Amino acid sequence: MTWVAFLEMLPKLASGAVLTLELLFLSACVGLFLAVPLALARVSKRWWLSLIPRTYIFFFRGTPLLVQLFLVYYGLGQFEAVRESFVWPVLRDAFWCAAITFSLHTAAYISEILRGAIQAVPVGEIEAARAIGMRFHQVYISVILPRAFRMALPAYGNEIILMLKASALASTITLMDLTGTAKTISSINYMPVETFVTAGAFYLAITYVLTHVIRFLERHLHPDRKEPVMIVG
Amino acid sequence: MPDDNTPLLKVEDIHKSFGGQDVLKGISVNANRGDVISILGSSGSGKSTFLRCINYLEHPDIGRVSIAGEEIRTKKDKSGSLVPADPKQLARLRARIGFVFQSFNLWPHLNVLQNVIEAPMQVLKLSRKDATERAEVILARVGLADRMHHFPAHLSGGQQQRAAIARTLAMEPEVILFDEPTSALDPELVSEVLAVIGSLAEEGRTMLIVTHEMGFAREVSTWTMFLHQGKVEEQGPPDKIFKNADSERVRQFMASHLH
Repeated sequence: MTWVAFLEMLPKLASGAVLTLELLFLSACVGLFLAVPLALARVSKRWWLSLIPRTYIFFFRGTPLLVQLFLVYYGLGQFEAVRESFVWPVLRDAFWCAAITFSLHTAAYISEILRGAIQAVPVGEIEAARAIGMRFHQVYISVILPRAFRMALPAYGNEIILMLKASALASTITLMDLTGTAKTISSINYMPVETFVTAGAFYLAITYVLTHVIRFLERHLHPDRKEPVMIVG
Repeated sequence: MPDDNTPLLKVEDIHKSFGGQDVLKGISVNANRGDVISILGSSGSGKSTFLRCINYLEHPDIGRVSIAGEEIRTKKDKSGSLVPADPKQLARLRARIGFVFQSFNLWPHLNVLQNVIEAPMQVLKLSRKDATERAEVILARVGLADRMHHFPAHLSGGQQQRAAIARTLAMEPEVILFDEPTSALDPELVSEVLAVIGSLAEEGRTMLIVTHEMGFAREVSTWTMFLHQGKVEEQGPPDKIFKNADSERVRQFMASHLH
């Protein structure tokens, strides 16, 4: 591989990485935002309220992300009502189709992570809040949600990293993300190995940074946690 | 205002069963202002369940609880136990009943000061400044002035329980319920917690204490109840219960617990 070819692909791959990061950031934020009410409804004792997230999670976890992406990108445009509605300028755009699909998809997973964390908050801490006179919503705001977010953080980080790699599917709907850019470059320079190895290195670098950001957050949100215990022998 | 004959805390005829097993078979207690009532009995006698029924952490099957003449409104649920009918009223009355748990139950994501000011801010709607001022006085009182910014995980059990007592005191409750407050502590840490509870008794607070610390119970209480198999086996002034109870069961218990 010539250094010239390598130097030529770097800026292109970097701009692809920017698009990948944009998609990832949007879906991680919107996904979390959607996941909170989904998780709250999921732990509700009212069966009809928990049925909504159950159904949502069933569909978004039960079908491939690629199928969901195609349904949104190719499927919605089939309906004239959609094409004539005010959302069409957004849904016509591959970037927004990907961002919306990824957000809805990851929200299903994040809400299950949050549900597990909410149910793992020790009952004594909740009783202490009830016994001191807090109302239902105050118990959530003061105790359950802050505790659940902290417990969910490692799994949420894991989900973000999974979404980073899943975002490569955006290249199937014409987007020039990291993978899409690599595919285009390799069809021009006929150096698929070099190109995809470089793209892989970009993914590794992003994952490395994400891991450290999550670890920093974990430490920041757990000031109570003692230094990790060394297990010897 | 209730007249002088209305007890501050009135608990009537509490029944509770778990899965067909009758744990409480009709227990009542009245506490007037300044009463310190110790509740004794062997494990499984229903002491803790009774205490938890008073503020509806446990839902009794039958029974009534009133604070200063205001009864906690209840309704029957499908399984037949009484559930609070008005969550708003229950929260308001619970704010007037302090509860100290055996396992402290501090909120681990908040430091000691934050643990103490959280409920006054959320429930009593105090400003952060007022709540903090109140908390500082109380924390100094329980001997935790220098631990205010520590997290629960960095405190000893005795310090955690004193922080939990401070959290309760910050609500200025009219009655405080103690559910075996020293049972989870190492023996050498028990006395620092008992000293705090004892000082609360001295200033005339109304308290119900479930405990296994017999010497302490005898010293601080104005009234002693002995529960056995879900019933009040005997009750009376501590001197009578501890020294010459009528019940053979109580005398046996005292003989094996007082040395």
